[in-house]
Amino acid sequence: MLIKLTGGTVYDPASGIDGQAKTLYVQDGRFVKRPADDVKIDKEYDLKGKVVMAGAIDMHTHIGGGKGNIARMLIPEDHRNDPVHRSDITRSGCGHAMPSSFTTGYRYAEMGYTAGFEPAILPINARQAHMEMADIPILDKGGYVMLGSDDYLLRMLTAKKDQKAINDYVAWTMNAAKAIGVKVVNPGGINAFKFNQRQLDLDEKNSHYQVTPREILQVLATAVKEIGVKHPLHVHGCNLGVPGNVETTLDTMQGIGGLPMHLTHIQFHSYGTEGDFKFSSGGAAIAESINKHKNITADVGQILFGQTITASGDNMRQHANHGFANPNKWVCMDIECDAGCGVVPFKYRDQNFVNALQWAIGLEIFLLVDDPWRVFLTTDHPNGAPFTTYPHLIRLLMDKSFRNDMLATIHPEAQKMTTLASIDREYSLQEIAILTRAGAAKLVGLEDRGSLAEGAWADITVYTEDADREKMFEKPDYVFKDGELVVVDGKVVHTKWGTTHIVRPDWDISVEKDLQKYFDRFMTMKVGNFKISDDEITEDGRGSLTTHGLNGVT
Amino acid sequence: MTEITEVPSPFCGIGTDDLSIQVDGLDVKVIENGCAVNTPAFEQAVTDTSARVDGKDVSLEVAVAQAAELLRASNQPVIGGCATDVNGMRGVMALADRSGAVVDNMNFTGARRNFLALQDTGWMNTTLAEIKNRCDYFLVVGVDLEAFSPRFFERYLWNEESMFLTDTSQREVVYIGKAPSGEASTSPAGGKAKILPCADADLPEVMAVLRALVKGKKIVAENICGIAVSDLQAVAEQLKAAKYGVVTWAAGTLNFDHAELTVQMLSEMVKDINTMDTRCSGFPLGGKDGDQTANQVCGWISAYPARARFSSGFPEYDPFLYDSNVMLANGEADALVWVQAFNAAAVPPQTELPTVVVARSGMTFAKEPDVFIPVGTPGIDHAGHAYRLDNVVAIRLKKLRDSGLPSTADVLNAIEQAL
Repeated sequence: MLIKLTGGTVYDPASGIDGQAKTLYVQDGRFVKRPADDVKIDKEYDLKGKVVMAGAIDMHTHIGGGKGNIARMLIPEDHRNDPVHRSDITRSGCGHAMPSSFTTGYRYAEMGYTAGFEPAILPINARQAHMEMADIPILDKGGYVMLGSDDYLLRMLTAKKDQKAINDYVAWTMNAAKAIGVKVVNPGGINAFKFNQRQLDLDEKNSHYQVTPREILQVLATAVKEIGVKHPLHVHGCNLGVPGNVETTLDTMQGIGGLPMHLTHIQFHSYGTEGDFKFSSGGAAIAESINKHKNITADVGQILFGQTITASGDNMRQHANHGFANPNKWVCMDIECDAGCGVVPFKYRDQNFVNALQWAIGLEIFLLVDDPWRVFLTTDHPNGAPFTTYPHLIRLLMDKSFRNDMLATIHPEAQKMTTLASIDREYSLQEIAILTRAGAAKLVGLEDRGSLAEGAWADITVYTEDADREKMFEKPDYVFKDGELVVVDGKVVHTKWGTTHIVRPDWDISVEKDLQKYFDRFMTMKVGNFKISDDEITEDGRGSLTTHGLNGVT
Repeated sequence: MTEITEVPSPFCGIGTDDLSIQVDGLDVKVIENGCAVNTPAFEQAVTDTSARVDGKDVSLEVAVAQAAELLRASNQPVIGGCATDVNGMRGVMALADRSGAVVDNMNFTGARRNFLALQDTGWMNTTLAEIKNRCDYFLVVGVDLEAFSPRFFERYLWNEESMFLTDTSQREVVYIGKAPSGEASTSPAGGKAKILPCADADLPEVMAVLRALVKGKKIVAENICGIAVSDLQAVAEQLKAAKYGVVTWAAGTLNFDHAELTVQMLSEMVKDINTMDTRCSGFPLGGKDGDQTANQVCGWISAYPARARFSSGFPEYDPFLYDSNVMLANGEADALVWVQAFNAAAVPPQTELPTVVVARSGMTFAKEPDVFIPVGTPGIDHAGHAYRLDNVVAIRLKKLRDSGLPSTADVLNAIEQAL
């Protein structure tokens, strides 16, 4: 099947194309060269005047794994407001804050997204994450495996194991859990909570292991680099949500010493202690530091007002914040000497000073980071807001007058505490394409995705130009996944199954000897039963694995 | 004859995966690390190999077509049992979506006590490896744990080594309510569990007093339902003094009205203790007959636990209205599909309605169902996944023999396709 996409206005930052009219050809799922004149075109789409981008990639969204399912179980009343009917081609489900798996796939696709990455896969819960994501249609998926509060790593650090041993353990775990990246959440803090520590700053020691978050970040960021994983260590830092945490975050960036590091939902880590309410914006300082440190990338974790539910591996901080639960119910778990989770429903309110300022801080960071290749569009779904708010967020970034109209409606004291009104920047379409396509693909380490170049997989979104960017981005004219038309006028017309993106870094076989002993002595399953085999992903005939390359290993 | 080691069990709920099993043709024998729950479940013989319609052997295709016919004629089918592996449960969900059925896991009326507490106030819970390595005080409420799970103590409390306890045999074990039926809770050092017996129906009162004592409230009575308040006071103090106390219960055994309030009382007490400068966790027992698997899979596919209705074209959850037994008794259903791949003794509820049974080979019936399709058992006849009781860990089930029996997923997907 040869498809011709004629004359659209193409935004493809990966190829350096910024709003030029261009005709694209797709065959067998990928972009191909313009065929010879006598080759029959099977299907042509006239895209003159339309905006054409690659399919969008959400590089940090909680779409698979135990805490998400706990979140679903916890709030049936939220689902009842958004039932999703089955159709001849789609399955039923529920939407809003924490949608069911099928609905997740449809709604992402209907906004022009074709891939999503679960950022917090506990090794012991990786099977569940992959099984849930296997029931998300259309999207490609993958995930980052969580380390840093697991007793095995902390024992290694206490025992002063060398970096090589840690590299082997990290690589082994990535293979066992089928991951494409490594995440650390409140480094060592989830573990410290099990020893009844209630906070853990960057240089504070775990009371049992005598290890600090800074050391954990250092060895994990080094490991990720040395085993050649392209996605930098994905860091949910210390002190999430704590006023004054901006200092910790700046120190985290500075302290990593030039190693590649991605700071996630950085908005939640950008708070000062100034003003009458002892809560202020650290947005400008954070953006300045990102601008200065070229090794650093960040996604924002924008909050948007309304009901949602927060689901995090950071049970230390979630427990500390359980008093804000709205409705008033919440779950915390310690998990398998591996990590933990905390699930707390939240209602962000524009007339609440703190929430209003959180909203402004996120936008400040978006607008003050100069390099669009190093900042990423997220709400940390569902923690800051459900992913379905992305078109609204894009409008806030692209439309200054709309942004200022919104700003005028929030808590008046919060308006005084933000510089947002004085920021003139408006994101261009090309910059949005970088944040949500080309930059995300590069950051995750995806080959042949996030681009419209020849050879790339044909994940394509086509929009009708509209000055109201929210309207434009919430309802694409067409979405193609691997060259197949899946969405027309913002509705799913056809479904298929995406692939699971992974990497397979090398590790020394001897690492498993120690692990086997550790599992036999302390864990609750055999190490052989812990490792996820390829056929667990592929045996149902729908799933597939796509293995991406590594950086040259030194 | 082959021997297979490190075999995980989907039967006991606690995810034992150290069984050694000898396979000789279709005969399976547990030769190491069996128990009263797992050994008979693994060793049950394959008897039925053929599907039946109206009691007569037919091909799988004919049985599937007949099942589809019955569902087509139904306005409100219910899919009960729902005891199978992850893929089987995916099949249940697809079939329910297509046919507008109610999905109802057979243990849900027990599990409902947990879900009502969870959905009202939540909880703080833990998992098996944390218990194995951290728990220094273990409170068992209203359940004979070793009958529920014969190897629980051996594997998770009397383990030889732990990361954070110098001597696991010094852990304290206390029972409130039912007394243990054997000696599994006695530590290797000879320490016996402390037992504060009371009737199940008295647990709401006893637990309310225990929580009050934890919170430092003064109790005037000296005796609560046969338990000395001073004994409960001691438990309260020990829970607060423990570094990592764990409170366990089995929702299924709390057989009294509004037991969800007792689950809530326990769970809120655990939360209270976590604000008293120490750690404490709840630990709900379950994981049998695929109940966690059913709730997890139904959870991600519908967003609700495994008692949901699909006849409106979208999932609706009601933990009372969509009780399949109540629906059958009240004439609110007009067809029954019973799915039970693990336990041939768990037969469908008696009903005059058209009935399709997709179940483990060897199930016998007082009244022959309209359609019976024997299926393989996950973890014996085919590979698969099942959830442990602690809700986080899915175990990878192995295929041990070649019985030729189809999987639950094969059969349910075929019925769904036929619709």
